Amino acid sequence: MSAILLHPDDNVLVLSAPVHAGQAVTIDGQAVTVISDVAVGHKLARHALAVGDKVLKYGAPIGSITAPVAAGGHVHLHNMRSDYIASHTRQATGAKGS
Amino acid sequence: MTMSHALSGYLRADGRKGIRNVVAVAYLVECAHHVARAIVTRSDDTEVHLIGFPGCYPNAYALKVMQAITTHPNVGGVLLVSLGCESFNREQLRATIEASGRPVETLVIQENGGTASTIAKGLEAVARLRTVAGQTPRAPMAISELVIGTICGGSDGTSGITANPAVGRVFDRLGAAGAACVFEETGELVGCETIMASRAITPELGLELERSVQKAEAYYTVMGYGSFAPGNAEGGLTTQEEKSMGAYSKSGSAPIVGILKPGDLPPSGGLYLLDVVPDGEVRFGFPNISDNAEIVELIACGAHITLFTTGRGSVVGSAISPVIKICANPETYRKLSGDMDVDAGRIMEGRGTLDEVGAEIHDLVLAVAGGQRTVSEALGHQEFILTYKAFDPIGPACLPLRRAS
Repeated sequence: MSAILLHPDDNVLVLSAPVHAGQAVTIDGQAVTVISDVAVGHKLARHALAVGDKVLKYGAPIGSITAPVAAGGHVHLHNMRSDYIASHTRQATGAKGS
Repeated sequence: MTMSHALSGYLRADGRKGIRNVVAVAYLVECAHHVARAIVTRSDDTEVHLIGFPGCYPNAYALKVMQAITTHPNVGGVLLVSLGCESFNREQLRATIEASGRPVETLVIQENGGTASTIAKGLEAVARLRTVAGQTPRAPMAISELVIGTICGGSDGTSGITANPAVGRVFDRLGAAGAACVFEETGELVGCETIMASRAITPELGLELERSVQKAEAYYTVMGYGSFAPGNAEGGLTTQEEKSMGAYSKSGSAPIVGILKPGDLPPSGGLYLLDVVPDGEVRFGFPNISDNAEIVELIACGAHITLFTTGRGSVVGSAISPVIKICANPETYRKLSGDMDVDAGRIMEGRGTLDEVGAEIHDLVLAVAGGQRTVSEALGHQEFILTYKAFDPIGPACLPLRRAS
């Protein structure tokens, strides 16, 4: 796996190459099986994350976890949210999230 | 390596120096857009650019930005195209351009026989303006006389790792050489306000920096959307503050010396934040409806060149001032290499470092300032958009250096 740890305090890694479901990867010396296809620029959990945990990237909080994430899990709109302003997708445009 | 970057600028009568010598054709209401566009198209001259404002109702911000753009040092002459009955204060705009020492002509369609006749007269006017602009003297120009803007568009998870911090290095270097460097979009700094405030040269300016971001957050909350597009999420960004942290890295690490609003000129070199979010109640919609509205505001603050970082892959350029496009994502670069000036995505693949890409952008800035065409210029991109906004003047704490001098 090709991924970047931007800051030592971070609990997510940024992919510099895509990963695929079922791919065996190593994160911090631990063997982990990737659950889903994840593209370049997306984030994987460095370790298991619980609801309410702050997601740390660049050493700074970038939002909060809303559903449990396993180590190596894709961290994105389905399991985290902004602490400021809701994000939206093309499908959700017109329907405001919270 | 020491290099002497002997730039040669177009010396304007007001003493400012440009890196291009454009004749701007400006429509003052949408009703005059077709005529102005036809004049530009039929001129068939890469140095004749179309700008304008579509609204019929008056707006102080639009007048200020049009005054700033038409007296930008890259502009050598201006043709104003008015329908005749719109509210835009064409007399005041013309007076401002005349006072700057530039040639200016006005064509009012209702007084010039309509579309065909005004286009024909416009072509003659552009030829005259080009002749006068062509006589502009050249003068040596220092890096400290440059104003450089930066913007990100189509950001993704790579932007904040490659292109944006590379631009941050360029800003540090150009700012240290005395250039004015301007970053912007307070809506894309939500979550970074405290970190950013700690870089202000005075505590009062730090407070103003925090306030500008709080204003943006409140404004975007009313609008219902942050400055966050679906493509950002598809590219791996999840939240506004995550996008903000990546965008913030364009500002580099220098102290922040001031806050500008659209149309304000930086009074000295150094790093400035451009506050683009309107003041007061939410009135005219989204602060900037797309990237080019932000680029226009940077140019209104004097930007000679805009450094545009993109992950998903923007293709735009701009009227008046060249845009250098820096592609953050290596996959995007492979798809859109014909639209990009710099491949910063190579950092993702270990084919380059932030320092190397920063040095490449720095050298390209000087080459473009010396006349080299950017990719978007060569492709004919001359986007321009200006819409309604309302601003209060900047407060006394926003420019501590000017206050001290």
